[in-house]
Amino acid sequence: MLQAIGLPSVDDLFAPIPGEYRLNRDLNIPRQMAESEIVDFFHQRSRENGDGYTSFLGAGCYFHYRPVIIDSLISRGEFLTAYTPYQAEISQGTLQSIFEFQTMISELTGMEVANASMYDGSTAAAEAVMMAVRLTGRRKVVVARTLHPEYREVLATYATHQGMPLSVLGFSADGRTNLKELEGAITPETACVLVQSPNFFGTIEDVDALAEIAHKHGAMLVVSIAEAVSLGIVEPPRQADVIAMEAQSFGVPLGFGGPYCGVIATREKYVRQMPGRLVGQTVDKQGKRGFVLTLATREQHIRREKATSNICTNQALVALMVNIFMTVYGKVGLKELAKQNLAKTAYAAAQFAKHGKVLFNDAPRFNEFVVQTSEDPYAINGRLLGHKLVGGLALKKFYPELGNAALWCCTELTPRSAIDTAVGFVAESERSVRSAKEEIEEVTR
Amino acid sequence: MKHSTPQATRHVNRNEGLIFEKSSPGKAAWKLPPLDVPEVDTSRLLGASERKDLGGMPEVSEIEIIRHFTRLSTWNYAIDLGMYPLGSCTMKYNPRVNEAVARVEGIANGHPYQPEKISQGALRIIKLLSECLIEITGMDAITLQPAAGAHGEMTGLLMVRAYHESKGNARKKILIPDSAHGTNPATAAMVSYAVENLKSDSRGMVDIAALESQMTEDVAALMLTNPNTLGVFEQDIHKIADILHAKGGLLYMDGANMNALVGKVRPGDFGVDVMHLNLHKTFSTPHGGGGPGSGPVAIKKALEPFLPKPVVITHADGTLGFDYSRPHSVGRVRAFYGNFGMFVRALAYIQANGPDGLRQTTEDAVLNANYIRKGLEGTYDLPYDTPSMHEVVFSDKLQAKKGVRTMDIAKRLIDYGFHPYTTAFPLIVPGALMIEPTESESKEEMDLFVEAMKSIAAEVEEDPQTVLDAPHSTRVSRLDETLAARKPILRWKPA
Repeated sequence: MLQAIGLPSVDDLFAPIPGEYRLNRDLNIPRQMAESEIVDFFHQRSRENGDGYTSFLGAGCYFHYRPVIIDSLISRGEFLTAYTPYQAEISQGTLQSIFEFQTMISELTGMEVANASMYDGSTAAAEAVMMAVRLTGRRKVVVARTLHPEYREVLATYATHQGMPLSVLGFSADGRTNLKELEGAITPETACVLVQSPNFFGTIEDVDALAEIAHKHGAMLVVSIAEAVSLGIVEPPRQADVIAMEAQSFGVPLGFGGPYCGVIATREKYVRQMPGRLVGQTVDKQGKRGFVLTLATREQHIRREKATSNICTNQALVALMVNIFMTVYGKVGLKELAKQNLAKTAYAAAQFAKHGKVLFNDAPRFNEFVVQTSEDPYAINGRLLGHKLVGGLALKKFYPELGNAALWCCTELTPRSAIDTAVGFVAESERSVRSAKEEIEEVTR
Repeated sequence: MKHSTPQATRHVNRNEGLIFEKSSPGKAAWKLPPLDVPEVDTSRLLGASERKDLGGMPEVSEIEIIRHFTRLSTWNYAIDLGMYPLGSCTMKYNPRVNEAVARVEGIANGHPYQPEKISQGALRIIKLLSECLIEITGMDAITLQPAAGAHGEMTGLLMVRAYHESKGNARKKILIPDSAHGTNPATAAMVSYAVENLKSDSRGMVDIAALESQMTEDVAALMLTNPNTLGVFEQDIHKIADILHAKGGLLYMDGANMNALVGKVRPGDFGVDVMHLNLHKTFSTPHGGGGPGSGPVAIKKALEPFLPKPVVITHADGTLGFDYSRPHSVGRVRAFYGNFGMFVRALAYIQANGPDGLRQTTEDAVLNANYIRKGLEGTYDLPYDTPSMHEVVFSDKLQAKKGVRTMDIAKRLIDYGFHPYTTAFPLIVPGALMIEPTESESKEEMDLFVEAMKSIAAEVEEDPQTVLDAPHSTRVSRLDETLAARKPILRWKPA
């Protein structure tokens, strides 16, 4: 090949690079490894990484069963190793599956249109807010404190340089966003109110009331959904103007936090301000149905600095996992799946309530709940870990006002025995705190 | 008998419908285990929040799902089927060991909030990949949090802004060459910087005189792709860096074309202050029909305080953990730690190559691009004869005389069994044909490609209509994009 090019050596190909910058040594990285060594390396890392534990962690990432056909199908090279479907004639597989994805997300969220995916739930929420800012021509944003704390952080990062002042809205004793406070927080400059439902505590927000207040003031309601399985049994926020969703629950592995699948859904009239790729139906020269990427004039490769977002690469293969999951469970399965989550959680919350204090019982919840204990949840979780159980997420870092509180999650995969064991540890902790207190009282008496 | 259309792989010609059109009540592909806790009364628990109806969700059987998606898959082109010479996209082979290790139980199912004590495996993967990427780029520190290249650009510019703010002036604008990717200006706008275009010179490189006159203390950074989108290495790179640095500006490098440099030259050594990588380009993680990607951002020491949080640290006892107390951080750009599954794949790729393999990869990628350039020179117009690195850009100037444009040639290439090259980009080349073979292609595959391109050029002379009507061998012919945009149908609706 060098001969064909007419060069004596490979080095001559790099002649354009000034000599003083060329690297004349090996990179200082691990040596070349055989496939068997690579597999072994990652098996070792796996063993150091919680393999074999039963976990009560949720908080934006949910452990649900993944039907095996998801991986069989997404492993097909035609899906796995294809590029973004710009060349429609040889990308109908990807395009049609995205069209089906957009349809199912629309159905489930009660919206009219959905895009082809965003990076994740947190960035989808931030982009949805920016969309509302463009649509209303207003700049202020009211954010519920019950929105995932890391989503709030991401929004703050995105908002800093967009001139979008954020104000945070507290929650009431039932764990829901405080409606009275919202009335006061919302002004004629408010572009939108951003809430999550089910919210970070697992509590289902009163979306109707929130929408009414927001709309009364000419603001939009943006709803973030972090637990997609809830849509099987929880009424979607149909009154929202934009929904920003994390679809990880639908067949996407926990994967230590990513890749996940964000998606934005909205009403048809707002579609031209929606960020991200969209697939539309059309016809070919013979009139045959086909699919193409469409409304690209919103996007960066056409509009450059005037685009709705800079997003280019999205989460297509993850969206395909979500798509297959939704197809497998379908109209009936999603409901039954959600019911099992609800039942496990209702059982667990009731058991915990016998020994610790379960907060926010006056509003409906889906598959998470907050347990307050006398002892620091870190200490209880430390003991659970010895029994290969990962306890609920300690909330002190995010919600110091809740004291010794932890966020517990149950899904269809949480065995009753694990719930009973965890409850046993909380009971034991409460007993020992109580008897320690009694001892002190006895001594001081 | 002679055929006028050349041999091409035929797609399965079944007209696979939408999944909704196969649905009927009672069909199911799911089964749940018996409930081990008491059943609940959902309307009592949820009240008005209970959902009654799941609308048009499908009901189908497992075999139908398998067939549906398998059939759909056969309508896609893929790297696994043949050469995918999309310029600037680096469509290289996606090693299957990467997929296997990403699915190992403890790696696939780790929860981002599980205690550090049982997250050491994931943390070690993050740390080792970070170290490798820092060494490869010649930078000082890195964040793996951004989910894709454009997200990395945003993260990088946020750090640029924070850096300037720490010096008392955020500055106003970003210089962007006219050959840049669309994400560059779109990103600058998201970080509230004005975009100022920088023109290229006759060699397709940054016009140094223009840069000198445009570089003021209002400029926060120059976003430069190197090699640029013409596949040309910016030979005056250090002069460019010096001009920026003299006025306090920073040099941002879009690492989309890093596949031309790995193991041969390091951006950190030629004056770059901040850059992003695309793990889904250079480091072999699959494109998956448009994602997921991963866009780590590597930086010089001066920008380290501004890294997104959390940052991975080593505790006194040698274990790894996350540091959230970063007072100068630009904040979070994504929940959790980034597209971890892509880190696993990229690290496996680096391990499979090692220092010698990575260098070889780069050499092969550049060799392949130059081989194709040589093969097609004369047949297609080469607007810039500056030496090519990993990709080469031709134009449709010769074929346009017959009314055939780059998109037509691209569509005809499909009939020859190849994915098209990148069309009409970079914008500075009217009617561009941007070709990047990557290191994955053999001489045999490239010879076929060159022959196909030559054959199309001949067809343009003899029978341009065949090219204009292409593709002829696909399940659908050219699709009406105007109709799609004018009357958007973005979802299925029951008849």
